[in-house]
Amino acid sequence: MTKYRINKTRFVDQTKTVSFTFDGKKYHGFEGDTLASALLSNGIHLIGRSFKYHRPRGIMSCGSEEPNAICQINDNTDLTEPNVRATEIELYEGLKASSQNCWPSLNFDIGGINNLISPFIPAGFYYKTFMWPKSFWKKIYEPLIRMSAGLGKSPTQPDPEIYDHKHEHCDVLVIGGGISGIISAKIAAKNNLKTILIEDKNILGGSTIYQNNKNFVIDGQKSNEWLMNEISELQKLDNLTIKTRTSLAAFHSYNYLLAKENISDHLPLDKKNGSIRQRLWKIRADKVIVGAGAIERPLIFNNNDRPGIILAHSVKKYLDFYGVSSGLNNIIFTNNDSAYETAVSLFEKGISVKIVDIRKKSSSNIVKNAEDLGIKIYWNSTVVNTFGYKKIKSIEIMNLSEDGSNVTGNKHKIQCDCLSISGGWTPMVHMHTQSGGKLDFREIDQVFVPTEKSENHINVGSCNGDFELEEIVKNTNYKVKKFLNINEGGFDKISVLCSKESEKKNIWLLPNTISESKTKSFIDFQNDSTAKDIKLALREGFKSIEHVKRYTTTGMATDQGKLSNMHALGIIADTAGVKMGTLGTTTFRPPFTPLTFGAIVGRNVGKFFDIVRKTSIHEWHVQNNAKFENVGQWKRPWYYPINNENLHEAVQRESKAARDSAGILDASTLGKIDIQGSDASEFLNRVYTNAWSKLGIGKCRYGLMLNEDGMVYDDGVTTRLGENHYLMTTTTGGAANVLSKLEDYLQTEWPELDVYLTSVTDHYSTASICGPNSKKILNKLFPNKDFSDEAFPHMSYQDAIIDKIECRIMRISFTGELSYEINVESKYGKSLWENCIAAGEEYKITPYGTETMHLLRAEKGFIIVGQDTDGTMTPIDLQMDWIVSKKKYDFIGKRSLYRSDTMREDRKQLVGLLTDDPNEILEEGAQIVSELDKKPVEMIGHVTSSYFSPNLNKSIALAVVKGGKKMNGQKLFVPMENKNINVTVSDFIFFDKENKRINA
Amino acid sequence: MFVINCPYCGERDQSEFSCGGEAHIVRPKQPTELSDDEWAEYLFMRKNIKGVQFERWNHAHGCRKWFNMVRDTSNDKIHAVYKMGEKPPVI
Repeated sequence: MTKYRINKTRFVDQTKTVSFTFDGKKYHGFEGDTLASALLSNGIHLIGRSFKYHRPRGIMSCGSEEPNAICQINDNTDLTEPNVRATEIELYEGLKASSQNCWPSLNFDIGGINNLISPFIPAGFYYKTFMWPKSFWKKIYEPLIRMSAGLGKSPTQPDPEIYDHKHEHCDVLVIGGGISGIISAKIAAKNNLKTILIEDKNILGGSTIYQNNKNFVIDGQKSNEWLMNEISELQKLDNLTIKTRTSLAAFHSYNYLLAKENISDHLPLDKKNGSIRQRLWKIRADKVIVGAGAIERPLIFNNNDRPGIILAHSVKKYLDFYGVSSGLNNIIFTNNDSAYETAVSLFEKGISVKIVDIRKKSSSNIVKNAEDLGIKIYWNSTVVNTFGYKKIKSIEIMNLSEDGSNVTGNKHKIQCDCLSISGGWTPMVHMHTQSGGKLDFREIDQVFVPTEKSENHINVGSCNGDFELEEIVKNTNYKVKKFLNINEGGFDKISVLCSKESEKKNIWLLPNTISESKTKSFIDFQNDSTAKDIKLALREGFKSIEHVKRYTTTGMATDQGKLSNMHALGIIADTAGVKMGTLGTTTFRPPFTPLTFGAIVGRNVGKFFDIVRKTSIHEWHVQNNAKFENVGQWKRPWYYPINNENLHEAVQRESKAARDSAGILDASTLGKIDIQGSDASEFLNRVYTNAWSKLGIGKCRYGLMLNEDGMVYDDGVTTRLGENHYLMTTTTGGAANVLSKLEDYLQTEWPELDVYLTSVTDHYSTASICGPNSKKILNKLFPNKDFSDEAFPHMSYQDAIIDKIECRIMRISFTGELSYEINVESKYGKSLWENCIAAGEEYKITPYGTETMHLLRAEKGFIIVGQDTDGTMTPIDLQMDWIVSKKKYDFIGKRSLYRSDTMREDRKQLVGLLTDDPNEILEEGAQIVSELDKKPVEMIGHVTSSYFSPNLNKSIALAVVKGGKKMNGQKLFVPMENKNINVTVSDFIFFDKENKRINA
Repeated sequence: MFVINCPYCGERDQSEFSCGGEAHIVRPKQPTELSDDEWAEYLFMRKNIKGVQFERWNHAHGCRKWFNMVRDTSNDKIHAVYKMGEKPPVI
């Protein structure tokens, strides 16, 4: 045992040695230690350098509130993690930890110079200094700031660990496994309520589990012994689930909570065996009982940040839980009774301890206990300075004036190797406020406590402001019974004896002989903001706590100000002369402690990041070297390169083949909606701009759908399969939204219509064959069918059979070529496709992808909704007046086409663009101007689609241009980075204007 | 994340639903008779109340039915849920 491991406890197994390294040096601890307790047992206090001034910093606490002792774990591996609190890491064999924010080493840190120049870098220094000269920003200031910013190092490798999500439901969720949580969970579970108790440590019991003072007795036993028995009772309850190593991350409305369970972080790397690292629980609880506890406050005095200055209660935990003494010559500096428990415990183990108390006296049992033991107490005194660079060596104390606003008398120096500080307790109200709860300020304890309003959650124990053991036990029993509507709690006749604090005194910023501008009284230890910074912010006019916080960065570090926020508020209140309760608090946002990104995303990584939809023909595309394009969630073949063709080369070849002989496209992804009902025709009349009543059975029609604002929303061909039966197709990306929109109108505006909608997108696969030889291929596929123009005209549909498979064949065209779309049930899609390829072989049928499809339709001037339109284009803007029925009384969007704005003649309108140089291809999205010399340059439109057409042997483009309808033949310019491209406005139908090829 | 009591399916997580904005805005029966201002009133103008608001909701990842809901936007308390076509409750 090391000289600091002075005590044997039941929580640390001193028969099991664990070795670990810190900054490359090997040390030993025991099973049950945290990294912090193991380091302290080796006499190590110095853990890292502070963020701004690079001051040496040590372990300050024993929990998630830790601001200083943050480490890099497993540096230089793919498992590395920065900013991990040493106080929370359970020690395991082979753990590698290193200090952060220091260079070249922890003991000698160049950045320490910031401490010397600190008078010149006060709060807001960055805002004030890096403003000028402007040219310095990019090359000098930004790189400099980036270099010094941040604490640990981000991992550079992908995280190899597995994270998980799980949903859970329960009657009662108890947050916190301290004494109040244990009482609550027992009452709930014993009354047949499905209960979950979560605790962020690996052992239940909170701080009472090591409260071994004779002044705290429950039912005749010391409080820790009593609680130990309760915990073993608890573990026998059937309907109680206890989740340790599980911390609450967020408490949302309607009792929806997120909790992170650490599953394998405490295991040696070689024992993890591919286990899940962390699991995020998504819990919906009928009732929530919060027993989150309280956090001890530091005291604010000059140089209060040295290694060896530790919160008093943490010193007690290290001593009585881990068996480690933080120092051998202790001073306790306090404003309340709770620190006396630490003093008595140290003394009883034979360790030197003295007490400095800002109060004039206290007559409680625990203080009397300390006095009886002969512990030296300096009443009415304060620490005015501390000494020791890398570890505290001594302190100076002075007496306080009558009102506590000043110091009097002589300085008195005392030697020490550890200073325990206690400024009282702050209830953890984070959970309560996250769920929407409000807070009251309780003057006597200087704390914010929850205002009880919610029917669905309560706060018990010290997070509710109950600090005395008797209050905690009795109030918890009473409140939980009432909350859960239970008559018998099982704790009704309990007897609790405890020391009660009678004298209370709090000074947020302790006085000193020197002005605070010359002191370093740290408030936020991690972000290095001092009392001086807060006062500077107030002098500079910041009044709101939210502004002071951001200006000074108080409470904005990884610990989110768990130790600092109250002091910042207190100092603001005192300086501004207002009541603290009126200031309010900053907002407590989730998560309560940092969450790993892994826990947030869970299994939704890699190929599970988003849903991928594949057509039934997908495998064939892969085998035939298709490059894919994402269209919504669909993977669509983009182009099929042969040998080393690039996109352009492949598309030129595919486009030519489709017009010269035959091409085949997988059109399965188009949205398909089956529409049935006696009012189906009327329904289509109302949702499309054109008329549908007279469409014959077996005929197809192109439809354009608008939003109610008159803008083009979607388009597609709809086929009348029967008297009351239609099959609508939509754009690939728009399918889901179109169905939702149609359902919305049917259910809310037109419930009188007899219409039923079913999405059948995934039910059918579609092979679209186009080109002059397509009819011959169809003839081969369906030898018994008559494909003559008379028997099977353009824009019609027929049923057919191929290999006993029923097909729907639509003769429709998106390329301008003679074209057939064959639909089969999805499971037959690949077989149909392979049949088509085989039948088309003698005509060199060429599979083409979306890029060629886009090129072919652009040659014909067919729009793509979402590419040539952007939610601001009416059918009139698109020069599609022909499809807007003048006869129909109403359809979605009709009225909007007659608004003064939609009728403006200078709206952006669809035009064709031809480049003067036929080989120059415009960039899609490029801006269009009419006058180059005019400043500022007026942009009158932009290019929406642009291709080199192999069939026309020139570049073509679609564009939207203000007033474009009347500009045919006009010269315009497309200015690019290093040249202006001359273009001429043209008709947007470039190819086969007479539409002869459709019947070729 | 709140829990919504779908009038067709019962209580489900909010993530199954989508909000369709203000409720009880009826599409005019004769849009062509309306002035630009009247049409714009229907088309664009929506209330955004801090407090009790009548909203349309859709059980998008469930029965896909639209229904109405009375929700306090300041604390997400749901006062009532009722089917399309039913009379709004007095809150």
